[in-house]
Parts: sequence; structure tokens; C-alpha cells
Amino acid sequence: MSIILDHVNYIYGADTPLAVKALDDICLQIPDGQFIGIIGHTGSGKSTLVQHLNGLLKATSGSIYFNGEDIYDRDYDRKKLRGKVGLVFQYPEHQLFEIDVFTDVCFGPKNLGLDKKEVELRAYDALRKVGLPDELFYQSPFELSGGQKRRAAIAGVLAMKPEVLVLDEPTAGLDPRGREEILHQIKELQTGTGMTVILVSHSMEDVAEYVDRIIVMNKGRILYDNVPKEVFRHCAELEEVGLAPPQVTYILHELRRRGLDVDTDATTVEEAAEAVVKAMAKR
Amino acid sequence: MGIIRAKDVTFEYIRRDEEGNVEGITTAVDNVSLNVKQGDFIAILGHNGSGKSTLAKHINAILYPTEGTVWVDGMDTADEEKVWDIRRTAGMVFQNPDNQIIGQVVEEDVGFGPENMGVPAKEIWERVEESLKAVGMYEFRKHSPNKLSGGQKQRVSIAGVLAMHPKCIVLDEPTAMLDPRGRKEVIRAVRALNDVEGVTVVLITHYMEEIIYADKVFVMDKGRIAMEGTPKEIFSEVEDLQELRLDVPQVTLLAYELQKRGIMLPDGILTAEELAEALHLR
Ligand SMILES: Nc1ncnc2c1ncn2[C@@H]1O[C@H](COP(=O)(O)OP(=O)(O)OP(=O)(O)O)[C@@H](O)[C@H]1O
Ligand SMILES: Nc1ncnc2c1ncn2[C@@H]1O[C@H](COP(=O)(O)OP(=O)(O)OP(=O)(O)O)[C@@H](O)[C@H]1O
Ligand SMILES: [Mg+2]
Ligand SMILES: [Mg+2]
Repeated sequence: MSIILDHVNYIYGADTPLAVKALDDICLQIPDGQFIGIIGHTGSGKSTLVQHLNGLLKATSGSIYFNGEDIYDRDYDRKKLRGKVGLVFQYPEHQLFEIDVFTDVCFGPKNLGLDKKEVELRAYDALRKVGLPDELFYQSPFELSGGQKRRAAIAGVLAMKPEVLVLDEPTAGLDPRGREEILHQIKELQTGTGMTVILVSHSMEDVAEYVDRIIVMNKGRILYDNVPKEVFRHCAELEEVGLAPPQVTYILHELRRRGLDVDTDATTVEEAAEAVVKAMAKR
Repeated sequence: MGIIRAKDVTFEYIRRDEEGNVEGITTAVDNVSLNVKQGDFIAILGHNGSGKSTLAKHINAILYPTEGTVWVDGMDTADEEKVWDIRRTAGMVFQNPDNQIIGQVVEEDVGFGPENMGVPAKEIWERVEESLKAVGMYEFRKHSPNKLSGGQKQRVSIAGVLAMHPKCIVLDEPTAMLDPRGRKEVIRAVRALNDVEGVTVVLITHYMEEIIYADKVFVMDKGRIAMEGTPKEIFSEVEDLQELRLDVPQVTLLAYELQKRGIMLPDGILTAEELAEALHLR
């Protein structure tokens, strides 16, 4: 089972003088259980792309198949699709609206038609997973700090236990430990339950650490689609399109430029440390 | 006295039920004192909910202290008559650009601040052009801000504050939604403002590498200031920072990992150049 995008195009304001082509001939196959990172300059079409996956936006042309079924078919149940593909929005304010945090997190699972007990169990579980302290459960979501809102928004989608979890910049605004904790939780869900995870991020460091595959967007098109190591080898090309390899990769390039015979392929601090130790031993 | 001074500042958010009875109190800022010199580049770090945004909102009189006093350029922020002078002195860029974009067209939006201040029309346009160029958004000047991507909007809101030529600019996670190049451009623009124009900068961020050029760093924890010092001093304390839910730049972390693996290095390395030198490379 999988998601397939076949020649998908999307134009904002198609019949207006200010039409913007946000997606340009996107072809993609997303098999079950993968952890995918989507990176790309601001305005490259990442949010537009992921909003197609749960049917929130409808392609101007092209087709999308979810588990073999055409989601634009007249009798396809698109409401159900929203339950299967959970989307955490880029701005948490766009998705928080209930009177208190707990009620907010219950909203999704309640809409799936689950009984009250199951709904509340899932809500508690999700709130614990994102590390939101108990004393904030009955506070208004609008009275939370930026990072706390973000956590509440993620919990709301986790509680739906979607088959596919799509996170649009989930770590923007999280403190470094929170970033690590939440991505770690999501990685565990992916490996433990076989959930597909799609992570849109501007943090090359996070992407390098967690994903199996990176899709690089550039001006509405797919520039690269490969494993992180391969993608981050294209140092100059990435810079060209507003991106960069993880900082630690730059550091290795700098050490190499200054005469250390070090392997520059590392994309995490751990790998880089090993590479430097190895290179120093050779000297 | 510095451009920003806080003395024993405490701020409480008070929640009330429908009848107006107090339901709960959150002490978001707890007995904070600080003094920022004109022209300094200050960074504020801290875990989610540690009180950074609450403290920042005191600097341009959106909030004023429950206890204690905040002065901006000598003006007490609790003095209602000074509110506009204070906001003109200290411009603020918020966490979410959606909350501060108002114009229908990008250039109008950026011109709004100076227009409100009574700047002559010709100068407004000069300022709009210069600010949009500083954040790399000049080519979008005729676009509608609502239709920009997240990162593009963020840069427009920064331009809006730059156009007001404030003495001090407070940026609350301005780069959270930017791509790596955008992040670099904004930090470069902010540093240039600080270096060249002498604008005082207060930068709140969760990206550790953005603050290595700050003159001084404050680390908040549960409303209090838990650490303060230069970036080198702060980032030498890898374990203390991790305890406070923070981190260090990747280069500092790499050096720390190398130390653990038996390579002799000084603490608090902040750049690749420093690391190379410490490893006795060219
Ligand atoms: N509602 C809209 N109406 C018109 N144009 C839009 C709208 N939303 C986005 N766009 C445009 O479509 C393009 C793609 O935007 P999108 O939000 O998908 O980018 P993104 O890759 O998610 O960017 P970011 O990293 O800044 O969030 C951009 O050029 C943007 O200006
Ligand atoms: N409007 C509000 N009403 C009640 N409590 C609030 C409000 N805004 C923030 N708080 C609480 O005050 C504390 C400090 O929040 P603040 O927004 O200052 O944190 P922050 O350091 O900016 O966090 P973040 O990194 O997540 O943005 C938090 O516990 C938060 O829940
Ligand atoms: Mg986006
Ligand atoms: Mg904040």
C-alpha cells in the first residue's frame, strides 16, 4: 500500500492575474512505513504539497492514489482520508480552537466516532508523548507559549493515530530538547507501528538525524529524491536553492580544506566525531 | 542608564472564570533584573514556557510588570503617556508573522509603520525599498502578503520594523520559519544593523548557532535568569545547558564529543576556524 502522486500540478488563483504555480508536475511514490523528509526554500511548495496528501487542496491537474484508490474519484470518501492522513499545520494557531487544551486534543479522535473513554485515553497518551505538563491540560490553547501551542497541535493529530503522519515544520519554535524528544517519539511510532511519517523541515540537522529519504523541492518541482547522505553530497547545488548541508558537514569540509584528511560524508555530530578521531589517528 | 533596564520584574498571568474569580496564576517572569547598553547585541535563550516572549513584550509596553519596573531609553513602560514613544524606540518582530502583517500589498505593509510616525512620503518609499532589500524581499513588493509562504511573510514583518528605524529591535524567534539561506540573511541583516547603525538588538531564538556573535547571552529558566555571560562562557557549560533543555552549536558539540574521545581541546569552541586552530591545522 502507498501514496502515489501522478503528474500533480497546483496553481493558486488559477483564473486571476496573480496566478502562482506552486506545484509543477510532481510525481512521487510514498511506500508504507517510510520516514520521509521534505526540504526546500521558503515558497518552494512544501506546504502546498503536503496539503494535497489529505485532500485539503485539490490538484489543478494530475492524480493522487491512496492505497490504490483515486482520491479524486466521485465516490471516494475524502472525509475518511482526513482521518487516515493526519496533518499538523505549519502554524499551530491554524489548528487550535477549543476551549481548553484537553478538549482540543479530543476533537480529532472524537470526530473519528470513537467512544468517550477511548477518545480521552488517546488524548492523555498523546499529550504525554509531546511532553506537555499536566497543569496546562485545562488551560486555553491561546494562553500557551509558542512551543507549548506547537506541542498541543502535534498531540491533537497523534491522538487520531493516523496511518500517515504529516508534520509541517513541527519543530519550529520548540526548544532543543523538545525538538529531540518529539522527533524521537515520532521515530519510535514509525518503527513501532509502521506509521508513514512525512516531515517538512528547515532544519537540515533534524532531517539528517531522523529520515530515511529526503525530497528536495525547488520552485514547485522535485530537485532530488534520495537517501540523506546522497542528497547532502550536493553541497553547492543545495546552496544554490537556498539550502545547505547540516552545519557539521560544513565543519568537516573546513577541516579538510585546512589539510586534515577527513571523510566529509558525515551528517550527524556523532558520525563527524568518529571521522575526526579516525583522521587524527592517521596523522 | 542603559537603553533597556529591568529592575526586580515579576509578571503574572491571571486566569479568571466567568464570574471573575481567580482560577490560576502563572508567574511567567520571576524577579528579573537586567541592563542592556545602547548598541549591544543581546540574546535570550530558554526552554519553552520559560518566559522569553513575556519578558520581550515588556520591552515595547505590550505588557507591564506586576511588580518591578522596566525602563526603555529612560521611559518607564508603565507610564501610559509614553506608550507610543516606547514603541517607536523599541520595534518588535513577533514569533508568528501572521499576527503583524496588515497591508494588502507588501510595500504598503512595510510603509505602514513610518507613515504612522509621520515620516514624509518620499522618505517612506526610500525606507521601504531599503528595508525590503535588507531582507531580500524587494522583488515581492507588489505582492499580497497573505499569499506569501511562511518564510517570506516572516521577512516582510522584519522589514516593517526596520523601516521604523528604531533604536532597539526585539526579535522573538524571527528565523523559526526560514530556510537556511533566509536564516543566514536575516541574521546577517540584524548584525549589520547592530554593527553599522548601532541599533540595539534583542534576539530570542532556539537556534544556538545564531547567537555566537552576541555581546551577551541571558538564559531563562522558569521565569528567572539562570545564566548570563558571553557566548563563549555560556557555551562552555555544555552539561548545564542541556540540563536547562538547551544545546550548543554543532561545532561546539563536535568539540565536546572529541574531548570525550580523548582529544585535547579548549571549552567553548564556537566556529570551524577555532576548531581547526585548536587541532593545530593550518
Ligand atoms: N493561499 C495562497 N494564495 C496564493 N499563493 C500562495 C498561497 N499560499 C502559498 N502561495 C504561494 O505558493 C508558493 C508555495 O508556497 P508554500 O506555502 O507551499 O511554500 P513552502 O515551501 O511551504 O514555504 P515555507 O518554507 O516558507 O513554508 C509560494 O510562492 C507562495 O507565495
Ligand atoms: N496569554 C497567556 N495567558 C496565560 N498564561 C500565559 C499566556 N502566555 C503565556 N503564558 C504562560 O506563561 C509562561 C511563559 O510563556 P512565554 O510565552 O513567555 O514563554 P517563552 O519562553 O516565550 O516560550 P516559547 O519558547 O515556547 O515561545 C508559560 O508557562 C505560558 O504557558
Ligand atoms: Mg510551508
Ligand atoms: Mg515565546
